[in-house]
Amino acid sequence: MLPFGEEPASVGSPDLTLAYESGVELEARSQWAYARLRFFRHRLAVASLVVLILIGGVAIFAPQLAPYGFDEQDLLNLNAPPTFDDKHLFGTDQLGRDYLSRVIFGVRTSLWVALFVAILSTAIGTAVGSIAGYFGGQVDNLLMRFTDLILTLPGLAVLLTASVFFGSGDPLKVGLILALLFWTGLARIVRGLFLSLREKEFVEAAKAAGASDMRIIVRHMLPNCVGPIVVTMTLLIALAILTEAALSFLGFGIQPPNAALGTLIDSGQEQGLETWWLVTFPGLVIVLIALSINFIGDGLRDALDPTQRRRA
Amino acid sequence: MLQYVIRRLLYSVVVLVAASFLVFFFVTASGDPLAALYTTPNVSRESIDKIAERKHINENVFVRYGYWAKEAVTAKFGTTLLTNQKILPDLWRVMKNTFQLVFIAELLAVLVAVAIGVYSALRQYSVFDYSATTFSFFGLATPVFWLALMLQVAVVQIYLSTGHRIFPVASLNSVDPGSGLDFWIDRAHHLVLPVLVLMVASIASYSRYMRASMLEVVNSDYVRTARAKGLPERQVTMKHAFRNALIPIVTIVALNFGTLLGGVIVTETVFSLDGMGLYLVNNLLANDPYPVMAFLMVTAVMIIVFNLIADIAYGVLDPRVRYE
Repeated sequence: MLPFGEEPASVGSPDLTLAYESGVELEARSQWAYARLRFFRHRLAVASLVVLILIGGVAIFAPQLAPYGFDEQDLLNLNAPPTFDDKHLFGTDQLGRDYLSRVIFGVRTSLWVALFVAILSTAIGTAVGSIAGYFGGQVDNLLMRFTDLILTLPGLAVLLTASVFFGSGDPLKVGLILALLFWTGLARIVRGLFLSLREKEFVEAAKAAGASDMRIIVRHMLPNCVGPIVVTMTLLIALAILTEAALSFLGFGIQPPNAALGTLIDSGQEQGLETWWLVTFPGLVIVLIALSINFIGDGLRDALDPTQRRRA
Repeated sequence: MLQYVIRRLLYSVVVLVAASFLVFFFVTASGDPLAALYTTPNVSRESIDKIAERKHINENVFVRYGYWAKEAVTAKFGTTLLTNQKILPDLWRVMKNTFQLVFIAELLAVLVAVAIGVYSALRQYSVFDYSATTFSFFGLATPVFWLALMLQVAVVQIYLSTGHRIFPVASLNSVDPGSGLDFWIDRAHHLVLPVLVLMVASIASYSRYMRASMLEVVNSDYVRTARAKGLPERQVTMKHAFRNALIPIVTIVALNFGTLLGGVIVTETVFSLDGMGLYLVNNLLANDPYPVMAFLMVTAVMIIVFNLIADIAYGVLDPRVRYE
């Protein structure tokens, strides 16, 4: 029985438990608690999260976990196929380097770049979208036309061109180039949200109370957009992993001695395709990462954005 | 609607000019495209200076852009940097090849994806539906270049164990393709793997859209009405539901088609097909800004045109849409 119309006698502040005189205790749940509940109900998303945390852990502790050094050579085993006797689980490459260790370090680079791209492009997209949506008028027009312009250009081709003419090779530059192209989608989403939030009463109230534009945007409006922003950012990580791999594979992204997963596949296929393990394993890892991130994104969408739940 | 199309086209011209300047600025601001020549043996200083003068390399960006724009409009994108070859004939050849590849792949992909999507929606939560969903998730998470390489690996492994080459793994034709029907059989044989690779990604995304769209229509009021008045189930799904569910797919396919025409870079590179993607990559490696600019302009035009086609098609198919 819910104690309707009865004021709670005490509010247990830290754990947010409401105790009523009638003996009923209610646990107050914040929006985040509900979101968490909804997310953990999505079994695939939780499993994916576990997988991704494991992969991320391996990436962070690569120097401690990798069985061999990154460029440690085993000259008695050049181009050795994978074996299960825990010597070279993924085989070795043409220089006798343990491929499992190289893949582990490759994951480290690829994940690092993808996170960097996602954070930077989310920041740019959110800033552009919120400014355009909040101020409207000419500012909006200008920013959105610029966004359209970038969307008109063929993405991968522009990335290739940019990396040739800006120079590439190290992960930071590749990340920057990717981020400068990836913010457009989020900018449009945030702008759309801001256009409707702008008309809400609480924004009007904040204005009447004399809050500055900056404060209204950051404190009042952005928290209402967290759901879509987080979901988009998650999916951007997956997109960044896939695109960076394609760039590096084509030889326009991260280049040796830095090794990302795409770089490994590229140097693997140059050996000819008889050494299948050099191509197969880094690719499988990419698929695993991208798949987990997409599932997590799906779970987050259900959890944070129940109104936009995908019709399934 | 004519007014709408004209306004869109005019706006597109402005966007194109702005985009071309932006790209040109970045491409040229990055350094001297002739820099490598100075250290190449057997290239005289005079011949480098001649190229620099012909291409106005030493002017400022705005003047160079002016020269480029003039050439692009009056001389069909002009000539390449070093060899002074006409760009358009090469570009035209690779465009035809790419169009062939993309058209075949997309046509097959749409047919398969529509069938999968409709069947999944009609048998929601069946084993088939779950399998299709799983396939889509894997399809969207698999890098295209890796899928292409894995197919090549499979062909090579089969060759190593049986001595049998089931499919060629590179180029559009054999060295001696023959003529007439033989030529096209040879071409088809070469296109099997690239088409397969392109189809996987397209089917993965189109089938999801088709399923969602069909589910929405199947649960709509007019379909319930059609059922209520006693129409046979077949007629309800195929005539009332299916036709309307196709509308959003038309838009998505049109949008994707424009992007694909300029964007099969990875597939063409892995299979070394003489298409637009490989053309771009080769010219980027040669550090020649002029064919790169031509490529970017042509692809931007195609993206714009297919965007417009998508919007118009949507309005024609769905009378509720009004152009403003």
